[in-house]
Amino acid sequence: MQTAHLLLLILVLTPVAYSLALMRSRAVAEPLGGIRNLKALPFYYAARAALWCAIPALIVLGVWAAFEGRVIQALVIASLPQDAWPEGAGRASLMLSQISNVAAGKLDATMVPDYIAAASSVLEDLRDRSENFKATLVILIAILGAAFAWTRVAAHINARENVERALRWTFFFCAAVAVLTTAGIVFSVLFETLRFFERVPISDFLFSTSWSPQTALRADQVGSEGAFGVIPLFTGTLLISAIALLVAVPTGLLSAVYLSEYASKRARSVIKPLMELLAGIPTVVYGFFAALTVAPFIRDLASMVGLEASSQSALAAGLVMGIMIIPFVSSLSDDVINAVPQAMRDGSLALGATQSETMKKVIFPAALPGIMGGILLAASRAIGETMIVVMAAGLAANLTANPLESVTTVTVQIASLLVGDQEFDSAKTLSAFALGALLFIVTLALNVVALKIVRKYREQYD
Amino acid sequence: MTEQRSQAEIVRQSLKKRYRKERRFRLYGMVAIFIALASLFILFADIINKGHTGFIKTTITLDVSLDGEQMYLTDPTDAEQRSMADFSAPIIAALEELIPGTETGAQRRELKGLVGNYAPNEISDLLRANPELLNTTQTFEFQAHDQVSVYVKHADDPKYSIRLSEQQQEWVDYLQGQGVIDTSFNDTLFQRGDSRDPGNAGILGAIVGSLLTMLVTLVISFPMGIAAAVYLEEFAPQNKITDFIEVNINNLAAVPSIIFGLLGLAVFIGLFGMPRSIPVVGGLVLALMTLPTIIISSRAAIKSVPPSIREAAEGIGASKMQVVLHHVIPLAMPGMLTGSIIGMAQALGETAPLLLIGMVAFIVDVPEGFFDSATVLPVQIYLWASSSEQGFIELASAGIMVLLTFMISMNALAIWLRKRLERRW
Repeated sequence: MQTAHLLLLILVLTPVAYSLALMRSRAVAEPLGGIRNLKALPFYYAARAALWCAIPALIVLGVWAAFEGRVIQALVIASLPQDAWPEGAGRASLMLSQISNVAAGKLDATMVPDYIAAASSVLEDLRDRSENFKATLVILIAILGAAFAWTRVAAHINARENVERALRWTFFFCAAVAVLTTAGIVFSVLFETLRFFERVPISDFLFSTSWSPQTALRADQVGSEGAFGVIPLFTGTLLISAIALLVAVPTGLLSAVYLSEYASKRARSVIKPLMELLAGIPTVVYGFFAALTVAPFIRDLASMVGLEASSQSALAAGLVMGIMIIPFVSSLSDDVINAVPQAMRDGSLALGATQSETMKKVIFPAALPGIMGGILLAASRAIGETMIVVMAAGLAANLTANPLESVTTVTVQIASLLVGDQEFDSAKTLSAFALGALLFIVTLALNVVALKIVRKYREQYD
Repeated sequence: MTEQRSQAEIVRQSLKKRYRKERRFRLYGMVAIFIALASLFILFADIINKGHTGFIKTTITLDVSLDGEQMYLTDPTDAEQRSMADFSAPIIAALEELIPGTETGAQRRELKGLVGNYAPNEISDLLRANPELLNTTQTFEFQAHDQVSVYVKHADDPKYSIRLSEQQQEWVDYLQGQGVIDTSFNDTLFQRGDSRDPGNAGILGAIVGSLLTMLVTLVISFPMGIAAAVYLEEFAPQNKITDFIEVNINNLAAVPSIIFGLLGLAVFIGLFGMPRSIPVVGGLVLALMTLPTIIISSRAAIKSVPPSIREAAEGIGASKMQVVLHHVIPLAMPGMLTGSIIGMAQALGETAPLLLIGMVAFIVDVPEGFFDSATVLPVQIYLWASSSEQGFIELASAGIMVLLTFMISMNALAIWLRKRLERRW
């Protein structure tokens, strides 16, 4: 039976368990003189039965489904004759796909070596057995769970407490998923990064100035090493992010000031949703705009004034990214400006300062830490942004500060290294994870610092 | 006295300058808002300008006589014969009838270049389904060739290069005058999956893929997000573990989306051995990504439920869990829904993590289940936008318009829900 069918079956069994327990609890309550003599309402006995039926079965099913494929693959490989054992992960996956194609009938068994054909029947056999065993186990657990709960319907047992405790743990588990996700990110990125550093020394990665991650087809090929220096990527990222911040910070800040201090209520009610719309546009749309409209426009403009601009200039990507971050900066600044106590504003105005003087000399200095925090958050956004740069920035790693030239970024390289066919275990694929680790660390550090600043600033005026 | 007057004098003299500064500062603010709104306007105008032609298709309507002799076909049910038959011959013949004076082989080839690459397949499919139509005359509405379509739609636009020969352009003009070549609403766009030929490519596959992926995301992240928010707001003790969880959630909200793609690649595909490019993996990754957003907005919604409600419920003997389930969650639901819809809209537009888990494959078929290879709308747009063929650019813009329609309606729904259901205490 397939996983989906089993899920459906559990979905059917659970209400059955529920209603059986409900009836049982009513039956237990009858001779005692009504449900008021039970420790909990019949609903709770029933709910407990439903939980006992569904949860353990679902856990077993989930674990089984998650690891079934892996275990079967390992067993199939182990069943191959010693001399046919694949070397390296790449060969293994090729062989496995061959085996499963034979098993699925897509590939004729006579076209492949005997041991593959044999392995394919092993595979089919294992799959059958796994499915049967899984189905039996899951159904058994569901029924046993329900039966256990059924026997525990008694007047002296407080089912409500059981159910509530189970729910509480479920809630806790859901909250803990955030921690699991972080752990997942750290470990998945960390392991691959460590494997990458086995091949390429960490000092080369951090301090070398050339990046060309192609690995050679033959060992003796010229430039077979590949160069994994992250500096040109990082300067490219910084260049584009800096352009973006140059656009976004003044625009966002000033529009926040105007909206909070000058704009009429009606103007605000129109402009604010429009700004939010700017924030809601998917990044792929910005990427499209940058690559097909802004970049050619900049190239034409530059050639008009006699400059040479690449058709994938950093300026185009940076400008559009800046537009994308405007609402982000403006809403953060808005929060921060509104958090400055009204008394400070009133005091300054009462002394005869104009609104702009109040803004510049009183509110702005007071809000500065918060604004700095906001800018840091915006910077981390810009550094981690992917689609705009994938579509509008180049792939060549140039070490340049000229915004009209094409540069590449960390995120572009991660995407281009991992999209499409990958060689397993090659330094090229692993380097993407190392870049990911770098990106994660940098953005995390920016966020932590920014959040700390913002929080400290808030406490100051609370 | 004199000193005071001189001070007042100084202030008065500087007033003009100060007011000028004031006005200038105000102007800066207006300029900033103008820049932001102008970019929004230009962006929309540009996309509509590029994309509106994507909703138009160019068709050639022909009366084709399905002459068996001409096609070398006697029995349309025979697969082998069909594979050998020449289904483009009757199309060319029909065109020749309309355009007199086309005899040479080169001219016939040019004629063939007017209809789309899939036109012969249409005849083949029709004959396979209805073998009795052989040797009859049928009216077909073929897709025009991509280049004809570009010529018909963009002949005056210098940004498009016309790759039709002079002769072909003349024919197209003539046929347009005859009403044989015509433009109509591009229903293909909403009926098909991707294709190598822009005329036959549609976004239905991507829309279905997006829907399946979003469904997985919703089913996972909505209950989990609410449960986590409830735990943190109502049950969590003040201790190190709770603090740690909160720090994690706040940081995850700001982790770049592409990192979630790395996580999906390493854990779901690498560790669990799930297949690439299926909606389930995409949905899982996006669920992990939207979870922090949903948790944060749900917590705000729970916080806004006044404590008096909780106290009243506890006062008449409800347990903590009953207070939460019967009172707090229902009252906070509008706020939680709003936050979740906004989170889902974000997930709908997300592209980068899906690139890494292989949802960028070229997939023609419309996915039928959660385990079918699929792509999603933003990825489809990315694929088309990076294509070199002109026809795909307008399709990408049209796709963007569809995507933006989805997003804006989701956001509008969220705003409406908030206005409609939210209670101020």
